[in-house]
Amino acid sequence: METVVIIGNGVAGVTAARHIRKHSDKRIIIVSAETDYFFSRTALMYVYMGHMKFEHIQPYENWFWEKNRIELVRAFVNKVDTKNKQLQLDGSRTLNYDTLIIASGSKPNKFGWPGQDLHGVQGLYSKQDLDLLEVNAPNKEICKRAVIVGGGLIGIELAEMLRSRDIPVTFLVRENSFWNGVLPDGESQIINEHIKEHHIDLRLNTNLKEIKADASGRVKSVIIEETGEELSCDMVGLTAGVTPNIDFLKDSGIELGRGVRVNRQLQTNIPDVYAVGDCAEQHEAIGNRRPIEAVWYTGRMMGETVAQTICGNPLEYKPGHWFNSAKFLDIEYQTYGWVFGSKGKPDYETQFHWRHNSEKVCVTISFHKNTHKFLGINTFGIRMRHEIFDRWLTEGKGVDFVVEHLKDANFDPEFYKKYEQDIVSKYNTDHGKHIKPKNKSLKRIFNLTN
Amino acid sequence: MSTYDRSMALTGQPPKQLSRNQKLATLLGFFGLAVILLAAFNVNFPNKGLWLSISLGAITMGILWFAWDMYSKKEPGIKNDGVWFKSISSQGFWGWMAGIALTGFYIVLYFYPEYLGLAAKGDNTGIIRLFDPLSRLLSGNPASQWFVYGTLYTVAILAFGIKFIWKYRHNRYEKIRTFSVMFFQLGFAFIIPELMARLNGSSVLNGGSLPYYDLKNMWPLNYYNFEGYRVKAFLSSGDIGFALLIFGVASVFIISPILTYKYGKRWYCSWVCGCGGLAETAGDSFRQLSDKSVKAWNIERWVVHSVVVFVTLMTTAVIYSYLGTDTSKYWLTKNTFLIGVAVLLTTVFALVMIFKREQLQKDAKYGAIGYLVIILALIAMHFFSGEGNVFLFKSGTLRKSYSFLIGSIFSGVIGTGFYPILGNRVWCRFGCPMAAILGFQQRLFSKFRITTNGGQCISCGNCSTYCEMGIDVRAYAQKGENIVRSSCVGCGICSAVCPRGVLKLENGPLKGRIDGNQVLLGNDVDLMTLVNKN
Repeated sequence: METVVIIGNGVAGVTAARHIRKHSDKRIIIVSAETDYFFSRTALMYVYMGHMKFEHIQPYENWFWEKNRIELVRAFVNKVDTKNKQLQLDGSRTLNYDTLIIASGSKPNKFGWPGQDLHGVQGLYSKQDLDLLEVNAPNKEICKRAVIVGGGLIGIELAEMLRSRDIPVTFLVRENSFWNGVLPDGESQIINEHIKEHHIDLRLNTNLKEIKADASGRVKSVIIEETGEELSCDMVGLTAGVTPNIDFLKDSGIELGRGVRVNRQLQTNIPDVYAVGDCAEQHEAIGNRRPIEAVWYTGRMMGETVAQTICGNPLEYKPGHWFNSAKFLDIEYQTYGWVFGSKGKPDYETQFHWRHNSEKVCVTISFHKNTHKFLGINTFGIRMRHEIFDRWLTEGKGVDFVVEHLKDANFDPEFYKKYEQDIVSKYNTDHGKHIKPKNKSLKRIFNLTN
Repeated sequence: MSTYDRSMALTGQPPKQLSRNQKLATLLGFFGLAVILLAAFNVNFPNKGLWLSISLGAITMGILWFAWDMYSKKEPGIKNDGVWFKSISSQGFWGWMAGIALTGFYIVLYFYPEYLGLAAKGDNTGIIRLFDPLSRLLSGNPASQWFVYGTLYTVAILAFGIKFIWKYRHNRYEKIRTFSVMFFQLGFAFIIPELMARLNGSSVLNGGSLPYYDLKNMWPLNYYNFEGYRVKAFLSSGDIGFALLIFGVASVFIISPILTYKYGKRWYCSWVCGCGGLAETAGDSFRQLSDKSVKAWNIERWVVHSVVVFVTLMTTAVIYSYLGTDTSKYWLTKNTFLIGVAVLLTTVFALVMIFKREQLQKDAKYGAIGYLVIILALIAMHFFSGEGNVFLFKSGTLRKSYSFLIGSIFSGVIGTGFYPILGNRVWCRFGCPMAAILGFQQRLFSKFRITTNGGQCISCGNCSTYCEMGIDVRAYAQKGENIVRSSCVGCGICSAVCPRGVLKLENGPLKGRIDGNQVLLGNDVDLMTLVNKN
């Protein structure tokens, strides 16, 4: 019987395992050094905040694995010997494979800051990082101030976590506005304001120069590059993005770039070795996507795709329309299609932006400046229906159509305040149009013909 | 896992620590309870109206003050920080203490009301007497242990309801729903029946006396509604009495199926029902304690449906016992009634098996067949065995055991007493026959569903953790499948706590209501078709 070994029990590896089991009888072994069972990485923050216990963020009950004949091995993979199709575990044991899937995920970026490896300095990615945070910042007495370096999704999550225990947080962001490499300016501005509402000391245009230690080798302060200011603190969170976790593959003969280089079928240069999830790097970017996409959803999709290929139905990884979501403190964010921040914005993209005059709610719709084809939408504080935008993007609808039918796409809970009237009237003013929003139609939403 | 200690101390670190205001508020609330407790030990308060007001006022103000301090200084949004660190909400020391206290209260209420001051002869004493002024104000009669219970129940729903609204002030669905349960408790369950008691003996009722009737409380939750003494009382109270009896029947067979078809069982369970009302307000802090395992789900299905069978048998036997045998006196006789019940159950069974059998799991089918056979066999036995012993037992025995086991122990002692241990919907989930019947309709004949938003789920588990009914919401959401479960009461909290906007409660077309897509949106279209074909 063919043995498939998967390195990593994150969403990519586990999805691959589940789908291989669904389509075949192969022996499946998942190796992980991190935890015994699969958990939702994106939910680690809720454990620290006391919303859930660790067991709650495990999507499957513990009996699931044995019942589905997925063997779990808790071990660290030191080396991959592709010639003998063998892994070395924990520096001693070996494990043979016929097919190997690398799904080893990411690790936090460190950019060579002086003091970046001191006690009290950490990233937030793994279960071990969460455990470490309970040591570094269990409460506001032990951690009198925390400094977070890097203004992205993990940074703002870490800030929210620490604030839930009343720990004062200083948030150093290199850019002149939060996450504006991705978000358009108006949206980024809303989040800047919201961060401050949560009593987080947000420092924009601010870089870290060095982290200083006390006599025992623990962090005691950070120095800011621009001003030379010294901020005393007991914990430093490094959240300046992540990078593929592939050090153990160095001498394996598997082609590496920043990540594990794969073709569209997610195969590496070595036969029977595949890579999926955060650690996989496409030879060429797909559409507007980046070659490495460290996102929950893409990991899941790659897992599904690679399972098809391994089970005798070779398939290319062809992700559909881009989508993503996040929550910035209390503000939910969703995106469908492409809406670029001011830095990376292509020439052909025009944006329409609406913001509520008092609430933290806004929408940005992007469209092609010549053809007026709808390209994408970002929403803050309004939920949108994935299926509708996926359909509109596939059908290549124009921006006027999208604006006119916006009520169909609303996914907010029942009785919520509606903003479409406001949005459409701003669109009409901005673009000299006379669109009347159509009422929500269940027929259209659920694609019923009669 | 967590370095947080789980001691019983009220002090400690945020977010589990109580602020000074919260401590004072707790003290105020307990002072209100202490007044009641003193009354139990027969401290004779001089001005009962005043002391009752002080007591209930202190309880209410304590709760509101606590809530104000907890939520008013924070931005609107999800307020679950520290839920699993606090001993009261994580089955810790204070959780167990609260559970024991509540359980004790229910045991006294149901089985030893004399400790509340119920007197066999003459005037009541103790707690019950403390509540006399309010009872006289409403119905004109002295209080009973049930009046005491009803008052405290209503105060709890109102005060904790305001706390809940504060907590979810960013969420209009939750606000409106909570107003609704507060309104139905205060109006329908508490004030109207008390005022209706004033009509008793009046000419409007032809001199008759209506039974105590909470109009929104329908059979089988109100399992005693069609008992002999009540039916007699309805029928002796003129047109109003007759109308109420018809309403009681119509609410089970006409009104509730229509509303459940349109909106799901939430219209009742989380918008109207008193048990649901208490669970959603006073029980909100314990919703995360429900068991989400598949094992618990299996137990739930068997137990709750067995209660339905039990209540059906019991009610049939009770009605049977007071019907006559002579068709010339009254059209409904023992025999026609039993045949009617048999025909109704067989019809429902046949319709489901013909049209919906593919939606039933194997054990559900066996269960349904088994139970139908048992009921029909028992009814058939009647025609061979003769009088008095329908269903092998005397109807009185059946009724007493139901009232003891289900009415008191299950719904009260376990259902509410165990809030801090097993979660706030234990009764609704495992015991309530009403919820089971509405759930059956919701699962098979309803437009209601919780829609999963394409591929946006990140499997975080907030929805499952905060589902009071113990539904593993995430199991569906992460597959891109809609949630259509008979037990879902539509409280909307899964949708509220979801950080990615994945879940929406909505009423939509029946077509595609249960979406079994195994591959999530966002993927390659070819792959989606391929996998869904397999």
